[in-house]
This record gives sequence, C-alpha cells and structure tokens, in this order.
Amino acid sequence: MNIVEGVLNHNRLALAKAITAVENEYDNAVEIMTALYPHTGNAYVIGITGPPGAGKSTLTDKLAKEFRKRGKTVGIIAVDPTSPFSGGAILGDRIRMLDLSSDEGIFVRSMATRGSLGGLSQKAGDAVKLMDAFGFDIIIIETVGVGQSEVDIVKTADTTMVVVIPGMGDDIQAIKAGILEIGDLFTINKADREGTDKLNIEIEMMLELNPEHVSWRPPINRTIASKGEGIEAVVDSIEDHQKYLTESGEIVKIRKARIKNEVTAMLNDKVNRYIDKNVVSTDEFDALVEKLQARDIEPYSVVNDIVGKVLK
Amino acid sequence: MSNIRVLVAKPGLDGHDRGAKVVARALRDAGFEVIYTGIRLTPEQIAEAALQDDVKVVALSLLSGAHNTLFPKVVELLKEKGLNDVLVIGGGVIPDADIPGLKAAGIAEVFTPGTPTSAIVDFINANVK
Ligand code: B12
Ligand SMILES: Nc1nc2c(ncn2[C@@H]2O[C@H](COP(=O)(O)OP(=O)(O)OP(=O)(O)O)[C@@H](O)[C@H]2O)c(=O)[nH]1
Ligand SMILES: [Mg+2]
Repeated sequence: MNIVEGVLNHNRLALAKAITAVENEYDNAVEIMTALYPHTGNAYVIGITGPPGAGKSTLTDKLAKEFRKRGKTVGIIAVDPTSPFSGGAILGDRIRMLDLSSDEGIFVRSMATRGSLGGLSQKAGDAVKLMDAFGFDIIIIETVGVGQSEVDIVKTADTTMVVVIPGMGDDIQAIKAGILEIGDLFTINKADREGTDKLNIEIEMMLELNPEHVSWRPPINRTIASKGEGIEAVVDSIEDHQKYLTESGEIVKIRKARIKNEVTAMLNDKVNRYIDKNVVSTDEFDALVEKLQARDIEPYSVVNDIVGKVLK
Repeated sequence: MSNIRVLVAKPGLDGHDRGAKVVARALRDAGFEVIYTGIRLTPEQIAEAALQDDVKVVALSLLSGAHNTLFPKVVELLKEKGLNDVLVIGGGVIPDADIPGLKAAGIAEVFTPGTPTSAIVDFINANVK
C-alpha cells in the first residue's frame, strides 16, 4: 500500500500507518511528511487540556458529535502519559469515545507521551498534519495539563480550551500553574457538583488580572459532559473564537508562530542528534572530559571550539 | 522507540472486567502501550479501534461463555479491514474443549484462569509481527 496516496484518498488504514511511521520514526516517516506537507493547513485545530479526570475525553466525545451535527468531520488525538517505570502506558481515553468508531467522519488516535523531551510535541504536530492532509475539518488534541510538553502541544492549537472542575480543594491554585494563561476559553465541567459558582467567580477574577485579554475575553462555559449538557454553547464559543481570529487577522500570526516553533524544534532536534552522534559519543570527547576533570583545560573554549567546527 | 501497541477489549455483554484490567496493567508494566477500551464492545468497535490505533495485538477477554461466536467475529472483521498481521489472543473462562476451535478461527492463543501474566507477556514478545 502506498501510504501517501492512501492518506490523500481518505484510506483510514493508510492514515493509521502514517501516524505509526511518524511516532516510531520509521525510515519512511520523513518521506511521508514531505509528500503530505503541501496538503496541510486547512484544518482548524483545537487543544483541550486540564487536570487528570476532569472529563476531557467525555467532553471531546460530545464536542465531536456536535461538530458532526454541524457538518464537520473530526480527527482526535488523545495523549496519555507513559509510565516512567516501565516505558509502557495505559491509554484510556478511547473508553469515552467508543460510539465515535461507527462514524466514518471521525478518527480517534491514542498516543503515549513516551518520555522524549519535546519529541512529543513534534510527533503530535505531525499526527495533526497527517489528519489535516487526510481532510478532517476539525482536529482536537487532548492532553493532561500537567507536564510542560503536554501544555506545549495544546498551546500551538488555534483554539485552546482549558477544562476545570469544582471541588479540587484550592481550585484556582491547580489551574494557575501555567495553564490558565493559555486558555482561549474555559469550560467548567462537572457543573453538577458543588462549588461551580465559586470556581466561575475565581476564574473571572483571574482573567481580570490578565492584561493580555483585551480584544478577546475568554468565555467561561459550564458543562455536564457525562450527560451531554452545555455542549452546544461550548462549540458556539469555539466558533466565536475562530471567527474572532479570522476577522482580526490573529489566525495568520498564530499559525506563523506555530510554524516558527515547529521548525525551530526540528532544527534543535536535528542539531542535538548530530552532536550526540558525532561529538558526545566519540572517544575524542571522552578524552576531553578526562582532561576537563583533571582541570588541564576548561569547558568554555572546548565548547566554542566544537561549536565552531560543527557549524562550519 | 517502537513500543508494541496492544488493544485490550471485552466484546459482548460480559461485565467481568477484573481479568482484563489485570492483563492491561501487566502489559503496561512489561513496557507495552495498552489501549484499554473497557466492557461491552461490539466486534465492529473493536476492529475499528484496532485499525485507528494501529495495534500489533488485539487481546480479547470473555468470561461469559460467548467466546465461540464473538472471538471469531473479531478476527473476521479485522481481516475485512485489511489488518492481516494483527496477533489476536484471548483469555477468560474458556473450556479446554473450545480452544482448538478458537485457534482454527485465528485466535493465536487462549489464556484461562490462573495464567501467570508473565506467560502472556512472553507469548506476545515471541509471536508479534
Ligand atoms: C468476580 C466474579 C464476578 C464479579 C465480577 C467483578 C468484575 N468487575 O470483574 C461479579 C460479582 C460482578 C460477577 C457477576 C456475574 N458473574 Co461472575 N464471576 C466472578 C469469578 C468468581 C471470578 C472472576 C475474576 O474476577 N477472576 C479474577 C481474574 C483476575 O481472573 P480472570 O478474569 O480469569 O483472568 C485471568 C485469566 O482468565 C486470563 N485472562 C482473562 N482475560 C484475558 C484476556 C487476555 C487477552 C489474556 C491474554 C488473558 C486473559 O488472565 C487473567 C490472569 O490470569 C468467576 C469464577 C471464576 N473462578 O473465574 C465468576 C464467573 C465468571 N461469573 C459467572 C457468572 C454466571 C456471573 C453472573 C452472570 C452471575 C449472575 N447470575 O448474576 C454475573 C454477570 C456479570 C456481568 N455483568 O457480566 C460465571 C460465568 C459462567 C460461564 N462462563 O459460563 C463464572 C465462571 C462463575 C461460575 N463458575 O459459574 N462475577
Ligand atoms: N459528575 C460528573 N462526572 C463526569 C462529568 N464528565 C465526565 N465525568 C466522569 O468523570 C470521569 C473521568 O472522565 P474522563 O472523560 O475520562 O476524564 P479525562 O479528563 O479525560 O481523564 P484523563 O484523560 O484520565 O485525565 C468519568 O467517570 C466520567 O464519566 C460530569 O460532567 N459530571
Ligand atoms: Mg482522557
């Protein structure tokens, strides 16, 4: 099977194989991405993040169904953490999205974080592009808002939605740590629980303090995802945000920044690998380290020398 | 970098999920990436999930007695979708007498109660394509 042609012809198996190739860094991955890149840039990307168990997958399931009602096809990438002990993972997001599998307009892919620092955002970014080339109108990425690399992924979306829930103790502290700033919209899920009003007020206060929100004020929606309540309003808010980005021209800036980030990450990655292979893993380098340890030389000129040679 | 991906699923109406969870955790601890889909799946849902997640192994658990119809159905649907290289294994309360039939239908191995999970891990490592 030709994977590239398959993806362009809406072959689901080809899409699945293409994502695996990228994820596992198979030999044909670069070839696939190179051929498909010109066919990307059409999908609208939504990032969903929030604390563990907030209902992100349940929400994603319901949002996907609502988008389908509105005539859009939906690709979903659901990221779950790899166990640092075994390198294995249990990817459980699909449990909440089972009935999506009978709809040809939806494709769900589970992805593990797999330890590689930064590598995750690159691979998830490539998976987004593959779904984009396949032709999905909307692509949703779900990640747990804990690690930096997880947050990095959703940050690059067109619209980033932060999901919070009442009753997490000191509610706002939990979301303050890095994910509040990135929300284009907020969804208070499990609004059937006590503390919803209080949490709503707290988020509003936080948003007041944030000077960045001058032209777009992040809306706060309430949902009971498990019952499908409040979903339409969330999709309305996403569409409002999309409209705002398009009309203000912000979308062009966001996407330019995304490409810049991506290419920078690719460059860094390539250089890192090159240095790892050609410098760090050499006997010569070992010898340098020994000299450094004996204080025969100092590291500053060593680094300058090596960089001079590598970048020539 | 290429972790083996395994779909652990329970077809049909059987609600016994302890065994499936034990197996899922054991596989994770052995370094596999496990897509756990829980109970009450149709064979079609299982096959489509296997396709989308491009798993190398489909692991089916059943304690209800419906294995003779449901396991082969999953194998059939996987083939229909072009997933010819997927290793399908099964487990749960399955009478010895049924095992040859299941194997003939494309279930590579069947693991019954009391199986140490290490045997499952070893089997996957030895047989995955
Ligand atoms: C615990 C239990 C329950 C619990 C289930 C809790 C849960 N959430 O799982 C409860 C009380 C809810 C329950 C209910 C019922 N149960 Co019950 N239950 C059992 C019991 C006693 C133990 C099952 C268990 O959890 N074992 C522990 C786990 C770890 O072992 P395991 O599942 O066998 O898994 C191991 C292997 O089989 C294998 N394995 C399992 N799956 C897989 C998958 C793969 C891919 C691989 C590789 C390996 C593998 O690896 C595991 C580790 O070794 C069994 C009897 C028995 N001894 O098996 C009856 C049994 C399964 N139940 C039975 C019945 C009839 C019922 C009910 C219909 C009773 C009723 N009339 O209401 C209901 C139906 C529930 C439902 N919704 O489907 C019968 C099934 C009869 C049959 N097959 O013909 C059994 C066999 C009892 C009997 N002898 O009659 N049950
Ligand atoms: N009470 C209540 N429970 C909900 C609601 N939405 C989801 N849940 C339940 O919350 C639990 C977790 O839901 P998930 O959708 O798996 O949450 P998640 O954020 O994707 O979880 P992780 O991916 O593990 O971080 C499930 O048992 C859901 O049924 C809700 O609005 N109210
Ligand atoms: Mg989830």
